[in-house]
Amino acid sequence: MPRSETKVKFSLHDVNIRYKTIRAVKDLSLNIYEHEILSVIGPANSGKSSFLRCLNRLNDFEAYYHQTGQICLEGKDIYRQISAEDLRKRVGMIFALPIPLPLTIRENVLYGPRRAGMSRRNFEQIVEDSLTAASLWDEVKDRLDTLGTKLSGGQQQRLCIARMLALQPEVILFDEPCSGLDPISTARVEETMLELKEKHTIVLVTNNTKQAARVGSRTAFFLMGELVEVGDTGGIFTAPRDQRTNDYITGRFG
Amino acid sequence: MNVQIKQKIGFGVLFAATLLVVVPIVAIIGLIITKGWSAISWEFLFSMPKDGMRAGGVFPAIVGTFYLVSGAILFSLPIGVMAAIYLNEYAKDNALTRLINLAIINLAGVSSVVYGLFGLSLFVVFFKFGVSIISGSLTLGIMTLPVIITTTREALRAVPKSFRQVSFSLGATRWQTVRHSVLPFALPGILTGAILSIGRAAGETAPILFTVAAFYVPDLPKSPFDQTMALPYHLYIISTQIPNIREDYRYGTALVLVGLVLIVNISATIVRARYRRKKW
Repeated sequence: MPRSETKVKFSLHDVNIRYKTIRAVKDLSLNIYEHEILSVIGPANSGKSSFLRCLNRLNDFEAYYHQTGQICLEGKDIYRQISAEDLRKRVGMIFALPIPLPLTIRENVLYGPRRAGMSRRNFEQIVEDSLTAASLWDEVKDRLDTLGTKLSGGQQQRLCIARMLALQPEVILFDEPCSGLDPISTARVEETMLELKEKHTIVLVTNNTKQAARVGSRTAFFLMGELVEVGDTGGIFTAPRDQRTNDYITGRFG
Repeated sequence: MNVQIKQKIGFGVLFAATLLVVVPIVAIIGLIITKGWSAISWEFLFSMPKDGMRAGGVFPAIVGTFYLVSGAILFSLPIGVMAAIYLNEYAKDNALTRLINLAIINLAGVSSVVYGLFGLSLFVVFFKFGVSIISGSLTLGIMTLPVIITTTREALRAVPKSFRQVSFSLGATRWQTVRHSVLPFALPGILTGAILSIGRAAGETAPILFTVAAFYVPDLPKSPFDQTMALPYHLYIISTQIPNIREDYRYGTALVLVGLVLIVNISATIVRARYRRKKW
């Protein structure tokens, strides 16, 4: 599908991020399109996590965080025209390590809906739908009232996905979601991601270039806070335009 | 020297130090029990003193200590916990916050007799509460505040930062995050601090010396503005002011005081043990 026909979800203009004197992201301008999986690769300290966390304003809590430039979600400035809470309901996030709260599986899933004041009548349905979408329902449907922390690592990460899906976000941010998982659990999370792409826009930060190649529709390469190159995943991995991209994906550094 | 021998000497010294810590505790408790146990009876625990406190019981002092400690905790627990939440979850790291932190640390270092004088001038004289349970409770409460604030902050800090991040990432406000992702998991630690403060408040003499404690009151206190007897002060009086008192009465009173504080501290330990078992 040509880009002109797809809708722009996020647009970033001249975004700069620094912590005190350290520049984490430099002059970043980028569009993220609806229903794509944008993979973001790059070595440590390349600014890819800072970039991801500015999309749901989770950087706001960092000390000495300073950001300039403009970030818009569907044309609306996320700092001036949308409240932080509403933004985070629309832009869900999955962290590197699974972080279930020490609550039951059910209460983990309902954490967002309860805080958002959603109607209790739909709670049973939300729990089932969210866990099903995260392909965890069959494994836990008979023990929804056991602690989420008792699940295995891969199940915990899928519980976190279910918890995030309970708010029906439009965009999902994955921050190296498989770094702590074994290959089989990783494959299941990747399958889930590809299913989620049908209804959601996904940004995936990963240290695993092969994962980026497997699931990304487009791939962006960050290096030292700079967006070096972004394009269709096939193009990036077969014919990168920039020498540095080529060096990174062929494993010459990083 | 052989590494093995070095290691043995090292651990030997450490073990000796540990033993040195245990010895006085065992000695104190042993002394109090052997000398005071014979005085303990229902009458001793639940009746008024008689014959210029040479006979009868310590009931009014137990009741007085109970009132004083309850009043102190009622005052200091909510205020201390709220202040700790503010400092740990909301306050920005600026000059004011650092000043407040410094004040809390210094408050913990003030000696208890100074709290007594402060309570006398502020509650007894300035607020005209008189020498009363309310003056004594507030003085004890202020004395326990730094402990409660410090333990609560530690309990809040022990809740992983990632819980807060998850909560924020699910669209929760700062207050919702504190209320639902931090406080419930910090609660056991907060309770431990509260219980330890109860032990401290129950055992202090100096803060109640000028603010509430009575030598002898014929009736139990009826209102917060009454004076009352209290265990630590009672022990001080019968040990220094009353000649020819039976020795086991003195040690019996000490046993009641230490026993009450010990019960409170043991329950704190149990709460903390249950807290530690929970892993995340």
